[in-house]
Amino acid sequence: MKVIFHLFLQSATLGRKRAFLTIAAIAWGTVAILLLLAFGEGLKRQLGSNARAMGENIGVMWMSETTKAWKGMNPGRPIRVRIDDLPVLKSRLPELEDLIGEAIFWRTNLTSGRKTVAGRVKGVSVAYGEARKQYPVEGGRFLSPLDEAERRRVIFLGNELAEDLFGKEDPVGKTMLVAGAPFTVVGVMQKKTQMGAYAGMDKDHSIIPISTWKALFGRPTVNNLVLRVSDPAKMKDAIARTREVIAAKYGFDPADERALPTWDTVESQKTTRNMTVGIQIFLGIIGALTLLIGGVGVANIMYAVVKERTREIGVKMALGAKAGWITGPFVLEGLSYTLVGGAAGMLIATLMILGMSFIPTEGNQVMEFLGTPKLSPAIGAATASILGVIGLLAGYFPARRAAAIDPASTLRYE
Amino acid sequence: MSSRPEKNPLPTGRAIIEMDGIRKVYDTGKVKVEALKGVDLRIEKGEFVAIVGPSGSGKSTLMNLLGCLDTPSGGDYFIGGEKVAGLTRDALAEVRNRRVGFVFQAFNLLPQISAFENVEMPLVFGGVPPKVRRAKAAELLGKVGLGDRMDHKPTELSGGQMQRVAIARALAMDPDIVLADEPTGNLDTTSGTDIMGVFLDLWKQGSTLVVITHDMVLARRASRIVEIRDGRIVSDRAAEQAA
Ligand SMILES: Nc1ncnc2c1ncn2[C@@H]1O[C@H](COP(=O)(O)OP(=O)(O)O)[C@@H](O)[C@H]1O
Ligand SMILES: [Mg+2]
Repeated sequence: MKVIFHLFLQSATLGRKRAFLTIAAIAWGTVAILLLLAFGEGLKRQLGSNARAMGENIGVMWMSETTKAWKGMNPGRPIRVRIDDLPVLKSRLPELEDLIGEAIFWRTNLTSGRKTVAGRVKGVSVAYGEARKQYPVEGGRFLSPLDEAERRRVIFLGNELAEDLFGKEDPVGKTMLVAGAPFTVVGVMQKKTQMGAYAGMDKDHSIIPISTWKALFGRPTVNNLVLRVSDPAKMKDAIARTREVIAAKYGFDPADERALPTWDTVESQKTTRNMTVGIQIFLGIIGALTLLIGGVGVANIMYAVVKERTREIGVKMALGAKAGWITGPFVLEGLSYTLVGGAAGMLIATLMILGMSFIPTEGNQVMEFLGTPKLSPAIGAATASILGVIGLLAGYFPARRAAAIDPASTLRYE
Repeated sequence: MSSRPEKNPLPTGRAIIEMDGIRKVYDTGKVKVEALKGVDLRIEKGEFVAIVGPSGSGKSTLMNLLGCLDTPSGGDYFIGGEKVAGLTRDALAEVRNRRVGFVFQAFNLLPQISAFENVEMPLVFGGVPPKVRRAKAAELLGKVGLGDRMDHKPTELSGGQMQRVAIARALAMDPDIVLADEPTGNLDTTSGTDIMGVFLDLWKQGSTLVVITHDMVLARRASRIVEIRDGRIVSDRAAEQAA
């Protein structure tokens, strides 16, 4: 090893220009792979958080009609869960963290001062705030148990609806009219980038206690249920159990899935994650190919060096150099160009990515969706190991050619 | 040099070089060239052998085989009592490093490094520790009269000086035998004679030498002249000592 290093230091004098080009090619490949992977990572995180913005570990169950005959009853019977039944149903479903009824009035007049808009009013229970990530902007709050118990006329607004009604003013504490009845605004939802929705975007909705909702709109049933579990792995079973319990109470076939169609968000988030991992792998492969081209460049230049130094190699062999002492310096040389180029590329890419993280995502639709590129230890490790392998190969193949040189014929005096 | 301990002791009754029926066939695809057609050669320790013969007669081929740079197509070869046939590439490299010193017509110094580093090279391959190796390289360069040119690159030296560096390099590992293939072929008459003088000095100090040359004047200064023609030894005689 010492010998190899000695020889390497003596011989590693590629032309300055060639060394620079080689290193630049590797640096470029490294920048490409890091940027692509970082974009992939950013996309993954952003899509992930966008997908989770609706809520984590939840399922949404809609009210529909039976599609199977059951105990003498024909199919096509509508199933509507009653608001008043919710506590009983919940008590029979210990596997659920929350069972929330969601009653929706799609278009009703919402008035603040002179301004009236047609908006969506949902009646839900307190647990909805946590389950569906209705986080209040500072100074406000979500619904409280007392609101629900006392059937208070309080309202929580989606951030865009709040802006439509109140402009730049802070709505909290103000009074507004819902279908002609006065309500007090208790909170406004924090802005979030929501991907996936089932009853419009949260930014446009308004929320009142479900007890108040029932009294105001005079309908005793929910539009859908929101199921929450603590362990995402148990989502599937929890959905099936819920359908069974409801089927028992309302009298339909528990195997009749279409009576209560359900969206399992755990499942769809898994799909999103798999998709983004797929995108990342794809981007990584493109990056690795770019880097590989750089590696081929290194190998090519090294081949040229071997060819140029054929006679020197022959001389060294005549003087008693073993194969490893011929190949070692070449491998080291290929590796060192790759690593220097790789280090330069990593530095450049890191600076670029840092620079991009200062671009605000706020208000930039593309960035809100794509996210900013993010580096992670895994990306660093992947890039470093690809660099290492390419560097070794870039040195190894030319070195093997060097070791195969026949000293007697190269030293022949022509 | 006479005081140095025997590094590779020779078994009693054996010559440094023992060749028996050595053949070498070059197979260049279509044509096969039989460069050596059965060579028997014994060289004792302390001999100074000149090999002469017309161009293309197989002298360089013989030298490559003697120096283990190449392997014979047939016959037996022992160097220092060690059988060469069947050795791996790395083992051959070690034999070359320990037992053989080469001097070429084209000098074949490494161009990027200094004269000093060139002489050091075989010692590096021989695993000699840096301190010893530096002392040895400096001693040898002094001996060939280049003590003041150690840091020069080969391109900064004259032909005669380059060949002196090459000779110093050939001696670095205290080889059993020094092989020189037309060492004066690229030199003018003065430096040629001069280099031959260096070889004579080495011989007088106890080295075993094989020198290939065209020049009969130079050849006559050796202890023995082997004439080769068309791949065979045609004459092998003691030279009349003129020097
Ligand atoms: N590597 C080789 N491939 C094919 N033929 C060779 C090779 N080396 C030498 N020869 C042939 O072998 C013969 C002897 O060559 P060589 O030993 O170089 O002669 P000399 O050194 O006496 O001039 C010549 O005919 C030459 O062309
Ligand atoms: Mg020749």
